[in-house]
Amino acid sequence: MRYLPLTPNDRQDMLATIGANSIDDLFVDVPEEVQLDGPIRDLPMHAGEMAVEAHMKKLAKNNSAAGDMPFFLGAGAYRHHVPASVDHIIQRGEFLTAYTPYQPEIAQGTLQTLFEFQTQVARLFGVDVANASMYDGSTACWEAIVMARRITKRGKAILSSGLHPHYVSVAKTMARFTKDQLVSEVPALEAATDGADLLNQIDDDTSCVVVQYPDILGRISDMSALAEKAHSHKALLIAVVTEPVALGAIKAPGDMGADIVVGEGQSLGVGLQFGGPYVGLFGCKQKYVRQMPGRLCGETVDAEGKRGFVLTLSTREQHIRREKATSNICTNSGLCALAFTAHMTLLGEKGLRELAMLNHKKAVVAVDRLTKIDGVSLLNGSFFNEFTLVLDKDTRPIVRKLADQKILAGVSLGRLYPDAGELAHGLIVAITETTCDEDVEALVAALEGELA
Amino acid sequence: MNMLTEGRPTKQEENIVMPEQAALKTHTGNRALMVDEPLIFETGSPDRSGVDLPEAPAVESRLGGLDRDEAISIPGLSEAEAVRHYTRLSRQNYAIDVGLFPLGSCTMKHNPRLNERMARLKGFSDIHPLQPVDSVQGALETIYQLADWLKTLTGMPAVAMSPKAGAHGELCGILAIRSALEARGDAREVILVPESAHGTNPATAAFAGYKVEDIPANAAGRVDLDALKARLGPDVAGVMITNPNTCGLFEPDMKAISDAVHDAGGLVYCDGANFNAIVGRVRPGDLGIDAMHINLHKTFSTPHGGGGPGSGPVVFSEALAPYAPLPFVERSEDGHFHLVEEETAEDHHESSFGRMVAFHGQMGMFTRALTYMLSHGADGLKQVSEDAVLNANYVLRSMEDLLEAPFAKSGPCMHEALFSDNGFANGLTTLDLAKGLIDEGYHPMTMYFPLVVHGAMLVEPTETESKAAIDQFIGALRSVAERAKAGDELLKSAPHFAPRRRLDETQAARKPILVWQEPEEYAEAAE
Repeated sequence: MRYLPLTPNDRQDMLATIGANSIDDLFVDVPEEVQLDGPIRDLPMHAGEMAVEAHMKKLAKNNSAAGDMPFFLGAGAYRHHVPASVDHIIQRGEFLTAYTPYQPEIAQGTLQTLFEFQTQVARLFGVDVANASMYDGSTACWEAIVMARRITKRGKAILSSGLHPHYVSVAKTMARFTKDQLVSEVPALEAATDGADLLNQIDDDTSCVVVQYPDILGRISDMSALAEKAHSHKALLIAVVTEPVALGAIKAPGDMGADIVVGEGQSLGVGLQFGGPYVGLFGCKQKYVRQMPGRLCGETVDAEGKRGFVLTLSTREQHIRREKATSNICTNSGLCALAFTAHMTLLGEKGLRELAMLNHKKAVVAVDRLTKIDGVSLLNGSFFNEFTLVLDKDTRPIVRKLADQKILAGVSLGRLYPDAGELAHGLIVAITETTCDEDVEALVAALEGELA
Repeated sequence: MNMLTEGRPTKQEENIVMPEQAALKTHTGNRALMVDEPLIFETGSPDRSGVDLPEAPAVESRLGGLDRDEAISIPGLSEAEAVRHYTRLSRQNYAIDVGLFPLGSCTMKHNPRLNERMARLKGFSDIHPLQPVDSVQGALETIYQLADWLKTLTGMPAVAMSPKAGAHGELCGILAIRSALEARGDAREVILVPESAHGTNPATAAFAGYKVEDIPANAAGRVDLDALKARLGPDVAGVMITNPNTCGLFEPDMKAISDAVHDAGGLVYCDGANFNAIVGRVRPGDLGIDAMHINLHKTFSTPHGGGGPGSGPVVFSEALAPYAPLPFVERSEDGHFHLVEEETAEDHHESSFGRMVAFHGQMGMFTRALTYMLSHGADGLKQVSEDAVLNANYVLRSMEDLLEAPFAKSGPCMHEALFSDNGFANGLTTLDLAKGLIDEGYHPMTMYFPLVVHGAMLVEPTETESKAAIDQFIGALRSVAERAKAGDELLKSAPHFAPRRRLDETQAARKPILVWQEPEEYAEAAE
């Protein structure tokens, strides 16, 4: 067995040192009736690299990889080009196979990259501070709602209808057990967001308003009025960003008054990976820092006065506070955070702005082309790299049929909102720097075929 | 012709004066391979980039008038600088690839590189979670196969694959317990957790809305069965037990504990963080438990990555299976794989407690874990647990004459050996010993956990260490332990040879600096 260094002789020598006759002597505490008498049944025996590789390749081949065909899916996960050096960096064994940096003297590599990550995320979001990452955007969103409850001591959260439906589902699942009250609706197929409705719903019982930016249909709205209204009722504004590249082109949520900004960082460095692992981003105003969940890296000095970094404010965390912790989160998404920060460092502000405008303007061109198709209209008044097309029929069968033709056309709103009737006519289409003109033409031709 | 035979001088001149280490200063402050690296905010620039992009089409933007006009102030580096920046930083990290990593309860085993290669196959890494299911049959089959392995290895009938890490898996299990109890109209409020439990256990129970009460340990480091039985009653929803427990011991009464909890109407959650000790040799399903999470990043070798990502699938008993969260993968008789989610959840899944996360879980970890399982097979996994237990007992018996091992008399340990700081002289502590180990070239063991032992030191060598590597570690640990017992003052200021000396964590917490600020902002803050 190539991963196990002990030889039969080693094992005998070690048993002798221990004073045991056989390995079974070391399992005496396990009642005999639950010990298996040999290798577990119904599973194969060990295999070499070639055999395992063949098995896994066969599974991988039975998937349509995005890079092999015209591809337009978004809705919370985006296909961006990840520079070659990012994957090299995260495969450095010193990063890949390190543990959480609990011994800071020999973990400055991880800690400094986390400090840089936190600073990048805070600046991108336009807030004062950010943590060292969460599992993903959806769980970060729920943690933000819980944090708002702790701060305001109120239990009613108002969710915008433009919030990703999976994020809404996660919050609903949790709220059922924590007795938080959630107000939420499915989105209307309109160019206008529900900002005006949300304004009217904020009252003195409200802990927070949760708004996705850009929202699930790709719409961008100014959140300043919501922030003002929320603050006038001592409630918080939580902004959710599922496409961080957008913030290279549009105003930062923090600059519009958001108190907590969370997001999905997958777009930078991480890749699609069928939904995980991703990386949750979490930032907030300085005054709320002690109510944040998750790990935080902070600057300090060592015994010789040299600058160094440590995990800090751990009195919020489960390993110190146990049942009184701000969250039960322990392992977060360290390596994906490294991928995010390395990609961001390669971009810099200049590269991020260029990438964002490239995404947006390619989307503008694609919108103009796609809306020339008879029976296709654009929902959005504004958008970044993702928009919703409205067709005159259910888009679910069309998406499936086009996938059979090797065109991955987008995400049908029918899949995300299965019980919402008309919404199934909506198709969310994402365009990134990886989308080429031929891809758009292929989608146009295929949609024309379906709608003819 | 005369050949030049001298070559480069390699031999040191005789009678050379060797200065004291402390007197040696370098211009940079660096020492050969030990090189400090500035922050990107000190070396980078917002107008520098390591990425070349094509020109954007010349069209008007439609951003709704919300263009970002202000500076973002994120510096960039060229690729050359970026690769060097991160490479230099990486060399300030300890890691499994660098050496033995005896962190108890964390199972720092070797991370096979075949796993990495498989996870990067484009058919896994470049697929979108919302692609039509017909276009991702291989991905769904991968999840299905991994689920099958996990069910077989644990002897449990169902598994939820979506939880993102161990603590998220705990949450999944506790929510299922609560759902099952609510379904029978039973509003119980208390979860019992042993004192020795990992902090996530009580935090999870509280996060799910439960009150948490401690169960005491007995003198042998196990759950006190009588105390547990005395506390059970109609208000107790269940227990969360770690088995093997955090003292590195198997709970021999596990079945009796499960029976007692069930008799009192409660359910049993098992923290599977220590599954590595019994994988392939004992099936948790035979111990009467109802839910257990499995850390794929511990037992099944997916990399820890400096703090994640993890993956925490949860296996369920028949009693809890109907409440498992969405989504999950099913296989029809014709061999087609279905993704059961909001759109496709039908009558037989109506009692699912809902969705815990966007999309379907940690696919990138699933491919790695399945690769690991296929590599080991049923025979290899059994060998894994046996070698892990053998290595831990070897450390235990090689150290117990020097370090107090509070539970060693009661028999062998499982995959980790627990010691206390009893007998350290001159005020030296577990922390001092740990920092001394750093100077010896090792990452320290888990310190001050579990809480039931004074100055606890929990050593988990794992099965991927050779006898030679463990002997060398034991030699180092014995040396540092002897210094601690002899009261060696120099341990108090250890580490001496790491990239940093001891860091001031109190200062970090008192005035947290969590993001970089321009130097003038630092100056203001200091005033």
